[in-house]
Amino acid sequence: MALKDSIAWYHFSAPKNFYPLAGKVIPWFWGLTIALLLVGLYLSFFVAPTDYKQGESYRIIYIHVPAAWMSMLIYLVMAIYAIIGLAWKVRLADMMASALAPTGAMFTFLALWTGAFWGKPTWGTYWVWDARLTSELILLFLYIGFISLQSAIDDPRRAAKASGLLAIVGVINLPIIYFSVQWWNTLHQGASVSPTMAPKMATIMLTTMLIMTFAFWMYTIVIVLMRVRRIILERERQTSWVMELFGAEASGEKDEKGERK
Amino acid sequence: MLEIRDLECVRGDHRLFTGLKFSLQGGELLYLRGSNGSGKTSLLRTVCGLLEPAEGEVLWKGRNVRSQRDEFNAELTYLGHLNGVKGELTAFENLRLGGALSGLAVSEDDIYQALERIGLGGREDLPAQVLSQGQKRRVALARLLLSQASLWVLDEPFTALDVGAVDLLAKLIEAHLQKGGMAMFTTHQAVDIRAGAVREMNLDARNS
Amino acid sequence: MSDGVLTSGRQRGLFAAWRAMLVRDLTLAMRRRADVLTSLFFFVIVVSLFPLGVSPEMAVLRGIAPGVIWVAALLATMLSLGRMFADDHQDGSLEQTLLLPHPLSMLVLGKVLAHWLVSGLPLVLLSPLLGMQLGLEGEAIGLLMVTLLLGTPVLSLIGATGAALTLGVRGGGVLVSLLVLPLYIPVLIFGTGAVDAGISGMDYEGHLSLLGAFLVMALLTTPLATAAALRISVE
Repeated sequence: MALKDSIAWYHFSAPKNFYPLAGKVIPWFWGLTIALLLVGLYLSFFVAPTDYKQGESYRIIYIHVPAAWMSMLIYLVMAIYAIIGLAWKVRLADMMASALAPTGAMFTFLALWTGAFWGKPTWGTYWVWDARLTSELILLFLYIGFISLQSAIDDPRRAAKASGLLAIVGVINLPIIYFSVQWWNTLHQGASVSPTMAPKMATIMLTTMLIMTFAFWMYTIVIVLMRVRRIILERERQTSWVMELFGAEASGEKDEKGERK
Repeated sequence: MLEIRDLECVRGDHRLFTGLKFSLQGGELLYLRGSNGSGKTSLLRTVCGLLEPAEGEVLWKGRNVRSQRDEFNAELTYLGHLNGVKGELTAFENLRLGGALSGLAVSEDDIYQALERIGLGGREDLPAQVLSQGQKRRVALARLLLSQASLWVLDEPFTALDVGAVDLLAKLIEAHLQKGGMAMFTTHQAVDIRAGAVREMNLDARNS
Repeated sequence: MSDGVLTSGRQRGLFAAWRAMLVRDLTLAMRRRADVLTSLFFFVIVVSLFPLGVSPEMAVLRGIAPGVIWVAALLATMLSLGRMFADDHQDGSLEQTLLLPHPLSMLVLGKVLAHWLVSGLPLVLLSPLLGMQLGLEGEAIGLLMVTLLLGTPVLSLIGATGAALTLGVRGGGVLVSLLVLPLYIPVLIFGTGAVDAGISGMDYEGHLSLLGAFLVMALLTTPLATAAALRISVE
């Protein structure tokens, strides 16, 4: 069984085999995303109780908190893919890392944006230098650094290696940065935007938050699979299987380049 | 000694060569030919370990060079397109620090002699940036005179050299081969090397 | 020749190479003094802008002094990072360095030390002057120097990784700040935190130990990352 599993992993780690697999599962993940999102949003807006202190505006945390969770999770997953890509030279892992970055940055931005909108009615200001918001901002900088480095290098292999190394350096530093920011925040006794919810979070609130998180998670998978399919085509465009896939379209190019075999 | 197995090299999304095999023994010279862009430089850089092969491996004394970098580097001298000469340092300083970096026991006399032989006598103490292109190349070549490496990998070593220097370099390579050394080089000039076993490989022929 | 002799011979070789690397980079820096001085003057000018931009009130300046000097030090370090590998990359010395028979991370450490001696240490030595300009006094100035002494090597070490990653990359000079500045945040926080604590009479030893810990960690990990990045850069 274990052997069979490992063969399957090996098989699908080749971009050529992963491409059709990804294409097959994408519709299913779309379905899951939409279903979870509908349920989650319905619960957030109509079922979850109104907060006794913050009124209706608190409901934005059902987007804010899952987005913040996802932003951190995605960076971690990205770094794991980068390690796999660098250590075992799995090209698909490199591609996954680069496909994850824009979505991670998007969730980080979403977390900051919803945080600001939540802060305005609650604390009367869009931005406070709270430990969590500040860390989230720094995380956004790390994502932007990763994406910029990748797009600044023309050779895709070099770009993947360099940005992968950066992701690993970043993931090692992240806990140190979080800890430092936490410390800095308590030192300056700055405002805290931690959700001032009733000590015991109602089960329905927690459930809603988890469902929203799963919805975001499925959405991430869909988008990343779509993006990685595009990256595969881009990077493998000179290989025979991509040419066969596009048959007539690619045949002109094939003659021009000549099959270098 | 040096063995290349099923080497494949990819630059960008272009496959330069694949399934490349050869080996080199003491006293042998590999003369690498091919048109521009056929992958000569990439092959030399892959042999040195600067480029990672897409497939295949480079073995030195039966072991992959990537698993014994320090040992392999100690026996390797590489001369690339770039001279690796610091413009702000004099020719003498360049060689002295270069020697110390590679862990060679070279005396000041050795360095002066090498510079004299390569035709830079009297210019030892000028900053390298005031030297001409050909003279800078000679500073880089003077490293070969001091080197104790058994494998010389030379990428277009004859460019920017005058006739005298081309002759001198050819003699150096011959002497190196006679001592049982190995060399690989590329060149667009016709150069006559009359020692050792000269082998040729044409990258164009392989790809067509 | 036994293995032991061989190993010690190689260690001697490594030490000689390490020293040669240091000597080479210091000599180069001395022959390009203008470059070194530019980033130092930059440091002084940035700090001098704050009284003009914020307020000449000493009480106000004293409050922001540690932060201002530390941020200026980060920026000045950023400016000098380009020098660390870019010239070597351009003239081919970097390739030759990669082909030396010594562990690359060790050689990187030599280069970083040279960088710190010409770009970091002068910042430490200049800081009392700037501290006085901003109204800091005796003990606080001493503390500022100690934090910079512990922190600026970390800036050089982390900066080396960023500089190596952006070698030969379009817009590398600006990009390196994007990559490296977020990673400088912990040093900034505890560097200024220590001085602030000292000024307000609180205990600052914890801050200093953490800065020391950052230095040790950076010494152990960044040379490996930098070496890996350098190998990627010549591909």
